[in-house]
Parts: sequence; structure tokens; C-alpha cells
Amino acid sequence: MNAPRTTGSQLPPPMAVLLELTHRCPLQCPYCSNPLQMDQVKSELGTAEWKSVLDQAAKLGVLQVHFSGGEPTVRPDLAELIRHARAVGLYTNLITSGVAANKARFDEMVAAGLDHVQLSIQDSDAATAEKIGNYAGAQQKKLTFAKWVREAGLPLTLNAVVNRHNIDRVGEMIDLAVSLDAARVEIANVQYYGWALKNLAALMPRFDQFEASIATVAAARERLKGKIVIDYVVPDYYAKVPKACMNGWGQRFMNITPAGKVLPCHAAETIPNLQFDSVRDRPLAEIWAKSSAFEAFRGTDWMPELCKGCDQREIDWGGCRCQAMALTGSASEADPACGKSPFHAQLRGMAEAASHAAAPEFQYRRITPRVDQKSDAPEPVAG
Amino acid sequence: MTADATTGALDLESRPRLAPGVRLKYDEARSCWVVLAPERVLMPDETALEVLQRLDGKKTVDALVAELVTAYDADRGEILADVTELLNGLLEKRVLAL
Repeated sequence: MNAPRTTGSQLPPPMAVLLELTHRCPLQCPYCSNPLQMDQVKSELGTAEWKSVLDQAAKLGVLQVHFSGGEPTVRPDLAELIRHARAVGLYTNLITSGVAANKARFDEMVAAGLDHVQLSIQDSDAATAEKIGNYAGAQQKKLTFAKWVREAGLPLTLNAVVNRHNIDRVGEMIDLAVSLDAARVEIANVQYYGWALKNLAALMPRFDQFEASIATVAAARERLKGKIVIDYVVPDYYAKVPKACMNGWGQRFMNITPAGKVLPCHAAETIPNLQFDSVRDRPLAEIWAKSSAFEAFRGTDWMPELCKGCDQREIDWGGCRCQAMALTGSASEADPACGKSPFHAQLRGMAEAASHAAAPEFQYRRITPRVDQKSDAPEPVAG
Repeated sequence: MTADATTGALDLESRPRLAPGVRLKYDEARSCWVVLAPERVLMPDETALEVLQRLDGKKTVDALVAELVTAYDADRGEILADVTELLNGLLEKRVLAL
């Protein structure tokens, strides 16, 4: 009865849209959120197409736009798109690795009205950071970029993805964020699908490492209260309750790929048989309201009995669909991160085994041509 | 100059303002006011909106409270307590700066 309506006028407008302007990126992080099969540069939406997306998003009620990728600053039209987004009233956030833009390009973005910057780091330790990103010299570029952001008076969030190689330095990463005058630091354990699932054994931290990181974060929050906001995203494999992935599928958020496909979450293409609409073929408002991919897991109707009978069903919304797909073979199962899932013990066992074995080499993220460029077939499930 | 938004720092002479990167705007699609901040959207209730709309970085907490006392014909002590709690909460979230 309380479930959001799947169609019609009751559906609330989306809060945010993330634009993957390109899949190109100088870094090759082995946990990249981009799909295994990435969009080629020739398929990317043009400036006018992205502007139309921004117009439609604002009209639909979107409040915030995240310019992401890949590395969004490799797009020469980024400042122009930021200016357009501001003109139509959107809050503009840049999610960047900080290694690709020079000062002049950054100044153009500031002049265009950029509101906020999220800068990724791979580690506080430069050597490990540059091994993870497979890019020598990245750390200094990032530190310089952070300085430009604060000199321009923009608020800075530092994003750090943690894994077995750097989780012991969570405290140093927080200190680095403070020294860069970031207002916020987001420390997120790797989410295991796509590239990260391929690299699970190379990335999974041990449980005792995770516990130590929790204590470090708690102490830092107390010490730095009012000075910096610390968000910590715990690893699903050691969790007891699932995350409310995307705050509910198709309820708050849209992700648009470089070629214009509109996804309920960035990893949604790992779920076979979902049909994604493109902004090239259909108006954004119609996609939000009616796209079959959005309707597939919106609300509670799709849920298995385990979720339907649970009092958390409208709090965690059954967790992550992509994780359920990757680990149980069905996107309609409860997220195995949930302690009530019959797959939970297996998930935990997998994490324990992988994290205590020697770490294999990274399989770095790379753009490889699609086997069939014209195919719209779903991506194969990784792992 | 970067203000240290330490919660203990708020007093009657403080001049709170929206932090850099935070905007208050009327949202036509939802017919309500929203606070747009890094990675978050807040929907202020009537009281919070009343306070946020009066903040300009020049007005002291003392002056703000005086305005509200006049506007609502209310007890100064009560207003001060409510305003202090609200402002401290927003400072901690880095929505406001001093």
C-alpha cells in the first residue's frame, strides 16, 4: 500500500542525474565503476545532445547534476555544459581524478559556475595510489588540483575507494583530506561488480582490517567534528544489512552513459534482459516514468517473499540488484549482503577466503572494442 | 579565508551564512524550497526556511533572534534555544559557515 506507484502522476521526480560524459580516462583503477565493455569515443553524445539532456532533466525536477565519466575533464565542452546546467538551475558537481585538466581549463569550469568538486584519490601513499591507478605521477597532479579547487573558493570532497592495499591507511586519508581543506571526505569500500568483481581477490580486505578501519573512522569523526564530514561506506561482504542501493531503484537517480543510454544505476547493464532506452530515441521524462528497465525493480512488487515480508523493505529496498545478479544468478533475489539471504554465508565465506589468500595482480580497466559494435545485447555477467 | 565551522564557535556575535557551494532555491517541480549542497539536498521545514532566508553573513545571531522575536511575538529564550540548535546542526553538516 505504501509502495511508490510504478507509473503515472504519483511517481516523484528524480533528484539527481549522473552524466558519464565519456568512458575515456587516464587512470586504470581495477575497481572502476564503468562497465567491462565501455562506450567508444565515436559513440559519445555531442554537446547539443548533452545540453538537451540538461534541459530535460531540469524540467523533470532533477536538482543536481554530476559530471562524471570516465574522466569528464577530457571533454573539451565540459565548461560549456557546466554553464548550461547552471543556466537551467541545476546544482553542478564535478567528479574527477584531477589528472587531466590544466589550470586554464579548470578556471573555465569555475567561471562557468561549477558548484562543487569531488576529487578521487587511490591512497594517501603515492606509490600504492599510482600502482592502483596505473599512472605514474598522478598523486602530485591530484594534490595540485585540490589546491586549485580551494583557491577558487569551491567546496571540495575527497573520495577514496578502499581495498586490502590501502584500508590500513584510512586515518592518513582523512588527515590528507583535512590538510587539503576538504569539507567532506567519502571513504567507500569497493563495490564488487564489473571490474571490481573481476578483481575481487586482488581487492578484498580482511575482516580485521575492516574492523580496525571502523574504529579509526569513529575516532576521527569525534576528533574532527564540525571540521570535516566523514562518510564511510562499509563493505557489503562484511555487512549484515544491505544498502539502500540508489535509495531505491528508479526512485531518485538516473545514470546516463556516454552514448546516451539511461540506467537506474551505473552497473545496471550487468543485469541481462533489461532494455535500456536512450536519450537519442525517447524523451527523458518518458524514460523516467515508463522505461521498462526503471519499472523492473521500482517499488516492492518485484520483491521475493523474503523482502516482501520484511519490515525493512522500504528502507533498504532489497539492496543492490546488480549484486544479487552477480552472486545469486538472479536480479530478483534479495541482496546477499542481507544477513537473512540464503546466500549470505557463502558471500562472507568468499570474502574470508579471498582476503586471506595472497593478492593476485590487478586486471586493469581498459577500453576494448565491442565484439559487435551494433549489438545492444546485454553485457555478460562478470566473474 | 576559511572559517573553521567548529560547532562550539557559534555565539551571539557570529554571522552565519550559507557555506560555499550551498544554495537555497525554490523548486518549481516540487513546489517547495530546497537547500542544494554537496552530495545532499535538504528540504527545510517552515522554521528552518524562515531562518535560512534571513542569513546573509552580515547579520549576527543576536540580530536574527531579535527579528524572530518581533516577527513571532515569542519568548526570546525559546527562540534562541531553537535557533542555536538549528544553526549548530547545519554548521556540523557544513551547510552553514561562519
